Amino acid sequence: MNCKVIDLGIIDYKEAYALQQKYAKEVLDGSDQVLILCEHPTVLTMGRLAKESNVLYSKDKLKEIGVDVLGIDRGGDVTLHAKGQLVAYPILNLANYGKDLRKYLFKLEQVVIDLLSDFDIVANRLSGKTGAWVGDKKIASIGIGVRKWVSIHGLALNVNTDLNHFAMINPCGLNVSMTSVSQVLGRDIEINEVKQVLIDCFCSQFGMKKGQ
Amino acid sequence: MVEIKLPELGEDIEKATVACFHYNIGDHVNADDDIVEVVTDKATFNVPTNVSGDISNILVAVGQEIEVGQVIACIDEEKNYESEIQ
Repeated sequence: MNCKVIDLGIIDYKEAYALQQKYAKEVLDGSDQVLILCEHPTVLTMGRLAKESNVLYSKDKLKEIGVDVLGIDRGGDVTLHAKGQLVAYPILNLANYGKDLRKYLFKLEQVVIDLLSDFDIVANRLSGKTGAWVGDKKIASIGIGVRKWVSIHGLALNVNTDLNHFAMINPCGLNVSMTSVSQVLGRDIEINEVKQVLIDCFCSQFGMKKGQ
Repeated sequence: MVEIKLPELGEDIEKATVACFHYNIGDHVNADDDIVEVVTDKATFNVPTNVSGDISNILVAVGQEIEVGQVIACIDEEKNYESEIQ
């Protein structure tokens, strides 16, 4: 199977969401599966199970600093996106992978674990807490939405994100600390250094070749 | 009448929570339309109807935890008049 990799660079969340919908329709109609890569300007997204109390800044404060709060159709609680965070939206037909939501989430976790291993970072799963963790700190968040077994949304890996942004929220409602690839390694890592590794780990995990 | 049930969502997933309905009782739906969105921890999933017709009943509520196989809604299947004429 070919994987169409689309790098959107830095893009507004809503624009990227509209593109996910477009590609989801194409994948449902039989086109190659897609991996969208991007970064978002700072935004908070509220999954279907999100509690407003997990947004720690007031609405006025968020408005003042120009951060939108968007309700979206993915699982999970509140998530923060910001520059320096590599976001991956796989648009996959999960019928190709056994129509199993849990197995799909497990494979997304494995992509992040394999990717970080390439940077000599040991990341783990924590039972009952979907995502990728380095020690007790969260480095990647995962949440998906599925229609007709085609997936949208995906994973967000902190590469060189300013971790001070996370003061706005209680990430995923878990009361945990976040970390980033740069913080763990103690040196600045550019997003582009991570992108290609992510593409390789993703294609390997899902049995695909990068196509045009 | 056709019952729309929560399908299998994967190994070890026995329950999901109703997030929202895309239609109300009395609405007409076409085969393959998504009827309801459910959520399991980190995933949302949309449950489609496999028949066309009018929604005659909705048996679960938003926020309710439901089990795989549980009936979510009922649809009065529309008759295929063309095939009857033939």
